Amino acid sequence: MGFENFGTVSFTTEAKAAEFITYLEQGKVMATRCPKCGVSYFPPKADCPSCLSGEVEWFEVKGKGKLATYTIVNYGPSGFENDAPYILALGEFEGGIQIMSRLSKDIAPSDIKAGMSLVVSSLKRPDGRISYEFKKG
Amino acid sequence: MADVAIVGAGQSVFSRDCGVSIRELAFDAFKEALEGLDITTSDIDASIICSAPEYDKQRSPAGLISEYLELTPKPSFYVETVCSSSSTGLRVAWSLVKSGLHKVVAVIGFQKMSELSSRDAAERMGRGADIIWESPFGLTMPAGYAMYARAHMDKYGTTEEHLAKVRVKNSHYGATNPKANYRKELSLEDILNSDMITTPLKKFDCCANADGASCVIVARGDVAKGITNIPIWVVGLVAATDTMTMAGRKQLTGLQCAQEAAKQAYKMAGVKPQDIDVAEVHDCFTVSEILAYEDLGFAKPGEGAGLIEDKETYVDGKIPVNVDGGLLSKGHPIGATGGSQIRTIVRQLRGQATESQVKGAEIGLVHNIGGIGQYGNVTILRR
Repeated sequence: MGFENFGTVSFTTEAKAAEFITYLEQGKVMATRCPKCGVSYFPPKADCPSCLSGEVEWFEVKGKGKLATYTIVNYGPSGFENDAPYILALGEFEGGIQIMSRLSKDIAPSDIKAGMSLVVSSLKRPDGRISYEFKKG
Repeated sequence: MADVAIVGAGQSVFSRDCGVSIRELAFDAFKEALEGLDITTSDIDASIICSAPEYDKQRSPAGLISEYLELTPKPSFYVETVCSSSSTGLRVAWSLVKSGLHKVVAVIGFQKMSELSSRDAAERMGRGADIIWESPFGLTMPAGYAMYARAHMDKYGTTEEHLAKVRVKNSHYGATNPKANYRKELSLEDILNSDMITTPLKKFDCCANADGASCVIVARGDVAKGITNIPIWVVGLVAATDTMTMAGRKQLTGLQCAQEAAKQAYKMAGVKPQDIDVAEVHDCFTVSEILAYEDLGFAKPGEGAGLIEDKETYVDGKIPVNVDGGLLSKGHPIGATGGSQIRTIVRQLRGQATESQVKGAEIGLVHNIGGIGQYGNVTILRR
């Protein structure tokens, strides 16, 4: 399984890092870490360019993060028209991991504040596609 | 003295729907660039063609354009860094001349965005992000810059009114630029009341897709002096990058690729921010211009809004910026934009910027960004 069912529109399928999708199906949002030099990656990398190792290990992004910034998108590009308005956001998590995703529809725009506590969680969309999103932490 | 000069710079009219082909757009820019020069087409040793291919119907446009402009059998090839493609073209041209490989090189940028609907163009721009990890969320260019805008507002107290004032200025100058797509002056209310595209950016905070072409002719110093009376010297020319993903960005209140390129370009040119007489910056969105003030050192981090508030970036201000109307007025035909910015500075340094000349301008700067801050280019020119 690759990225063909990921997000609103997927533009490509195959990647060594597609193991991410297997974990996402199990409800886990994962990052990678190089066991040799200790660098961690999100988005996950299947290779470590720091030490040129091709061996990485997966670990779950857990714990609470903070909202760094966001935007409410009113004008969706082709393929995203039916999603708008949607809220894109960047969240900062432990270990220097930063994630771009959407804020859950459960969060009212009036409640959004910079620095608010977030968790990242997997999402099964009503149309059967899978993704991840930020919820209140 | 630097030994690579710009001898000619031209552009087509930028418009929403040009009604002509890309080769004909390129001709308009080429013709203006060659005006008044003591050379002919056969003196051009190579051409570099610049655009963002995702908008093009024509595959391999270098061959097409070099045929139409009768540049065959000289070498021609294609370069791309999305919205900064023609700055990258200039960088490659500089290298070709500096290395001694060629004496005169033409850099031709173009884009015909009216070939696509607005939503399809937005989708192509979205694929200018990481298509595995971030495009599937519906990331667009305006959304990326909007996230920078929000972070800047939260950290420094920059307001939507500050952003709108950038457009007020640029629409003022755009109104008298015969090459600009948008030539109406806009009031603060017009801008603040326009439709919200992606918070906090409204319709008039955003530049428009456009059709257009630009052309910059670069020559070896000794040759340049025989071609034109007023060669414009390339004294600083630096490119830098940042991550493709938004997730990888270490700073959300400025573009690190621009900060890095600016730092090195000032060093290469042996000048400081306060030595710049006139600047063209990449105002794809109003917030982008405020970030540029800070990234280029015209204002300290967090104080960019003060420059526009005090009208210091108008023609009579401390550092005039985008006094041709900027991308916000001219429109943004991706591959042509960098060359159009260069053209404005060349005209300023030659004292030929009839609509909004900065008196006695001797040193000018061009800041041209590709993508949502992936590619940063800073070029410093001197009379």
